[in-house]
Amino acid sequence: MVETIQVDDVRKRYGDVAAVDGVSFAVREGEFFGILGPNGAGKTTTLEIIEGLRKADSGSVRVFGESPWPRNPALLPRIGVQLQASSFFERLTAREQIRTFAALYGVGPARADEMLEEVGLTEKANTRSEKLSGGQMQRLSIALALVHDPELVFLDEPTAALDPQARRNLWDLLRRINSTGRTVVLSTHYLDEAEALCDRVAIMDHGRVLELGAPAALVRGLAAPTRVSVVSGALPVEEARTIQSGAAVDDDGVSLTIATTEPGPVLAALAERDALHGLSVRGATLEDVFLHLTGREYRA
Amino acid sequence: MKGLGPLSRAMLLGFLRDRVTLFFTIVFPLMFLVLFGGLFKDAGVSQTEILQIGNVPVIDQMPADARTELDKVLKVERRDDRQAALQAVRDGDYAAAVEQDGGRVIVHYSAADQVRSGTVRSILNLLVQDANQAASGVPPRFNLELSQVEDESLEAIQFVTPGLLGWAIATGATFGASLTLVSWRRKRILRRLRLSPARVPAIVLARVLVSVLIALGQTAIFLGVASLPYFGLRLSGYWWMAVPLVVCATLAFMSIGLLAGAWAKTEESASAIVNLIVLPMAFLSGSFIPADNLPGWIRTVSNVFPLKHLNDAMLDVMVRGQPPTAVLPQVGILIGFAVVVAALAMWLFRWDDV
Ligand SMILES: Nc1ncnc2c1ncn2[C@@H]1O[C@H](COP(=O)(O)OP(=O)(O)O)[C@@H](O)[C@H]1O
Ligand SMILES: [Mg+2]
Repeated sequence: MVETIQVDDVRKRYGDVAAVDGVSFAVREGEFFGILGPNGAGKTTTLEIIEGLRKADSGSVRVFGESPWPRNPALLPRIGVQLQASSFFERLTAREQIRTFAALYGVGPARADEMLEEVGLTEKANTRSEKLSGGQMQRLSIALALVHDPELVFLDEPTAALDPQARRNLWDLLRRINSTGRTVVLSTHYLDEAEALCDRVAIMDHGRVLELGAPAALVRGLAAPTRVSVVSGALPVEEARTIQSGAAVDDDGVSLTIATTEPGPVLAALAERDALHGLSVRGATLEDVFLHLTGREYRA
Repeated sequence: MKGLGPLSRAMLLGFLRDRVTLFFTIVFPLMFLVLFGGLFKDAGVSQTEILQIGNVPVIDQMPADARTELDKVLKVERRDDRQAALQAVRDGDYAAAVEQDGGRVIVHYSAADQVRSGTVRSILNLLVQDANQAASGVPPRFNLELSQVEDESLEAIQFVTPGLLGWAIATGATFGASLTLVSWRRKRILRRLRLSPARVPAIVLARVLVSVLIALGQTAIFLGVASLPYFGLRLSGYWWMAVPLVVCATLAFMSIGLLAGAWAKTEESASAIVNLIVLPMAFLSGSFIPADNLPGWIRTVSNVFPLKHLNDAMLDVMVRGQPPTAVLPQVGILIGFAVVVAALAMWLFRWDDV
């Protein structure tokens, strides 16, 4: 079977910068695929090469088995692209924006209005795009990418610059897009976003894919300890060290943290000592995976 | 052509909702029209004013029909105080003062305004000759009739309207093309369109359609306002030839805008470039002041400007009553200019900032 996207050893340089430095991966039909990495990792460049907006220096890209470069009119109706910067026509309302884009693809105004409803912007239909909030703009630009009902959707950091509440609202929409059978490729610099949304994620840094797999599998593969924290001083550090041999104990003055690969007995012991005040349990995350892969803290 | 309709619509709505652009393409040039048309309304040879001191029989005793003719070119006011009359001429308020003492007709004029006093002197000369001839009782053998080439209507509005309209169209088309190009590129609309089934020709043609529509709108508004009785523009029979001229000129101006837009990175630099081209072009092409008053070498240089040829051609068909065939050379020049400069713009064209 042909993969929806097949990328093989793609490279792209800008002067001295290797923006994409030998990237390979495949995306299957119906998958929610994430590209995760800090700013400047090469996510946008990778996406643009796949979309057919830029030419790779070397390597091969196939989308539905075809080359996206040079501009391939057969692919255009099958893919939907939300660009990183919201690209709207000036001084048009949300409804006019989406109807204009719909018409470009030969889609009628009724379907355009439906799409507006789907992203929850019906009430803002008559508002000019520049007057929308950040989250509403992102919704509109996603609607523009979806109006012609593409099989494959590219979303480049759709939640960047949104407040946490707006981000979570958008996640629901993104899940819905994928649940209707579309293949979704999402780039993000938020670890939690990749973890929450993606079936598989490619972790990128300096133009390379460091690791690729399901978020849960990546975390599990790490065998990193679980961190159990209680409020500092809930019990003396010396006593904490006696709970489990091999567990690392640290009190930073705010909380006392016990890092363990077997959290169950530790929790029981804390309960016995009535020292559960301010308890939090944190498993390993993609952040730990990134730290493990690069030896440095993840900084978006 | 896929996308032509929706893209034109989007651009037109964007234009109509942009107050600043609307102001500079329509209201601002109209203000100049009102200003120039109103200021110079009473100017021109037909309104030269003179004073007569006391009784001046050569004027007072003219036959009625001759007097009507005279009134077309001279406005004669009576003033009985001789000193005051001479002072008024010295002050430049009147072109001349005339007095008659028996057989002597004396014209007091100021050398400061050679043109007007010259006109007055020759007209009065004619009057005196006419009077002599009438007094002799012999029917005249020769008659000199004066006829102005400009259809007797030297009113400023006739000359101001085509020039200012040309400037307005040049402003609208150059700014429209350059700003659309730059802002669509900066806002990534161009790349978004590149990923849609709309092709480049559809995008370009949409902008051309909108610009032509705007230019024709400007033409209609300008001619409408100038034709109001207050301004009194009178169009010659072939004025409709202005329509194809405006279309060709819009293409030429758009090509300038596209070139500026292809080169500039930001809207600000695009407007600066366009201003640097359009303002000198308007001056040197005679949009504000008649080009005939400019030094010869400047007039030669100004031939590179499409506006110069538009202004010439518009005057020909709108005011001078020339037949449409007389402006075919200008049509050719405008189209040629558009083709060459647009090709240059295509060559410089970028989808992206980077
Ligand atoms: N058009 C360009 N010209 C020069 N350098 C670029 C260009 N686009 C991206 N880069 C560089 O390539 C690297 C990857 O950029 P990008 O793909 O935008 O990363 P991301 O989307 O992950 O933030 C960065 O170092 C960036 O500065
Ligand atoms: Mg990016």
